[in-house]
Amino acid sequence: MSSETQAPVQPSGPSAMTTPVATARPAATGAAEVVFDVKGLNVYYGPFRAVRDVDIRVHRNEITAFIGPSGCGKSTVLRCFDRMNDLIPSARVEGTVMYHGVDLYDPRVDPVEVRKRVGMVFQKPNPFPKSIYDNVAFGPRLNGNKENLDDTVEKALRGAALWDEVKDRLKKSAMSLSGGQQQRLCIARAIAVDPEVVLMDEPCSALDPIAMARIEDLMQEIKSRYTIIIVTHNMQQAARVSDRTAFFTTEVNSESDTRTGLLVEYDRTDKIFSAPADERTENYVTGRFG
Amino acid sequence: MTDVLERQDDSERLLLDATTSRSRKVRNCVASIWMVGSLVVAMVPLAFVIGYVVVKGIGLINVTWFTEDIQARSREAGGGMAPAIVGTLLITGAATLMAVPLGILGAIYLNEYGGKGRTAGLIRFMSDVMTGVPSIVMGLFVYTVFTLTFGLNGLGGALALACLMLPIVIRSTEEMLKLVPDELRDGSYALGNRKWRTVTTVVLPEAFGGIVSGVMLAIARAAGETAPLVFTIGAARALNPNLLDGANAALSLQIFNNSQSPFPASQDRAWAAALTLVAIVFLFTIAARVVSARVARRHSA
Repeated sequence: MSSETQAPVQPSGPSAMTTPVATARPAATGAAEVVFDVKGLNVYYGPFRAVRDVDIRVHRNEITAFIGPSGCGKSTVLRCFDRMNDLIPSARVEGTVMYHGVDLYDPRVDPVEVRKRVGMVFQKPNPFPKSIYDNVAFGPRLNGNKENLDDTVEKALRGAALWDEVKDRLKKSAMSLSGGQQQRLCIARAIAVDPEVVLMDEPCSALDPIAMARIEDLMQEIKSRYTIIIVTHNMQQAARVSDRTAFFTTEVNSESDTRTGLLVEYDRTDKIFSAPADERTENYVTGRFG
Repeated sequence: MTDVLERQDDSERLLLDATTSRSRKVRNCVASIWMVGSLVVAMVPLAFVIGYVVVKGIGLINVTWFTEDIQARSREAGGGMAPAIVGTLLITGAATLMAVPLGILGAIYLNEYGGKGRTAGLIRFMSDVMTGVPSIVMGLFVYTVFTLTFGLNGLGGALALACLMLPIVIRSTEEMLKLVPDELRDGSYALGNRKWRTVTTVVLPEAFGGIVSGVMLAIARAAGETAPLVFTIGAARALNPNLLDGANAALSLQIFNNSQSPFPASQDRAWAAALTLVAIVFLFTIAARVVSARVARRHSA
């Protein structure tokens, strides 16, 4: 375990500046390039509005955490960044998701091309029932990069801190790995195509604390190369790993008794956890609600 | 202290002499015997069928059985079954070539593309109805739309068998595709894989073993069918490797015709043909198992 996994739950004040998380923070103070600029995002499943009016800016080479109670639309918003919501037939998205100046929901945009630039790691490790090697090589093969495939696979596995554990059994089934190893394999699979952004949808919720710590270390290691957005139920995790945090919550629609998610507050992580501007955020991060 | 003793008493009563656990053991034992007994009873007819066919049919099995044409005079012994063996293999093979690709593509449409739509629902319903259509009706159907125009030949038989196989392949493949977890599809899409490539690179390999089982079931069913062939392939006694021209022969038809005959020589031929057919289906099933096991091993080695 490294030091940042033992970092205080609520980094606040100058002491937090000594942790590795904090050393990267100057980049997060506003100068960083904006990767995603979301404006007025509304997501509907059929007639039901799941998320309303989300405005958020995601910065390059930072880790952005989405926190909030269940059903608040964190994952739904996350899935807008690589257009995975397109796969749900009833889902409909309004508003703009600008990615380097291009609206991802422009009709001319091919979602397949979006997903090649924006990778995703899921809640449940989902390696393909193929060999470890074939799992990592899947994306590069898809893109026709068949030269130096061995190097690409090694690089991705090293990037996911898995190489030393699997280098002698690359031809073995990915299903023979432990849950934590499978999740790191999924991260290796995602970064093997060299995306710019990696989306993580509760990547540690099915893992034990040690496996979780390894994934968190890994996120710190790779964030100099990738922009990471992570959805998590675990506030401590958000506090430990992220540069910025977005707090979502739900509101009950009085007439239809359905719940719609909304973004309450988005700011630097230390601010969210030490001096949140909104009372709802404060109640949530101090454990009084949710 | 008394508390401790009381608790010990309670535990002894509950854990050591509990009557509920004794009656549960009895029920467990009865149920086990019942299940094993059912299995044995179910195996008995199967064993008898195979035993009977082997004992009655083995007498005629020799080299000439596989090489010579069919005896023209039904009251006399001799001759072989080569035309029917080749005919069964060719006709069933042609039917497989027609039905399996269509059936698998149909199932892919139903499960991956059509979903809960109306077209998919209609196709699913129609294929269920087709599964229940008696095989002789398929034979008559092909007879009216094909044989009346093109004459008796192997292709007509293959068409009729393909019609029978198609719904089995569609439904069994669809069930197998349903078992492929959506997480795998999502993983593939998230890497920028297109839908069709996701089907070919992730979904089909994962479902391969099950699809092969379904296909084998369909082939075994088709290889044994008689009714669809009665009106469509005629009755050849000489080897006819051309499915497109002239009457053909099949083991199932030979079993049917020879077993109707009053002459012992013909009846012996029926038994031997039955044994041959069982052996062919058996061999193909084993081959399919080996292939799918090998693919599964390579897949998840």
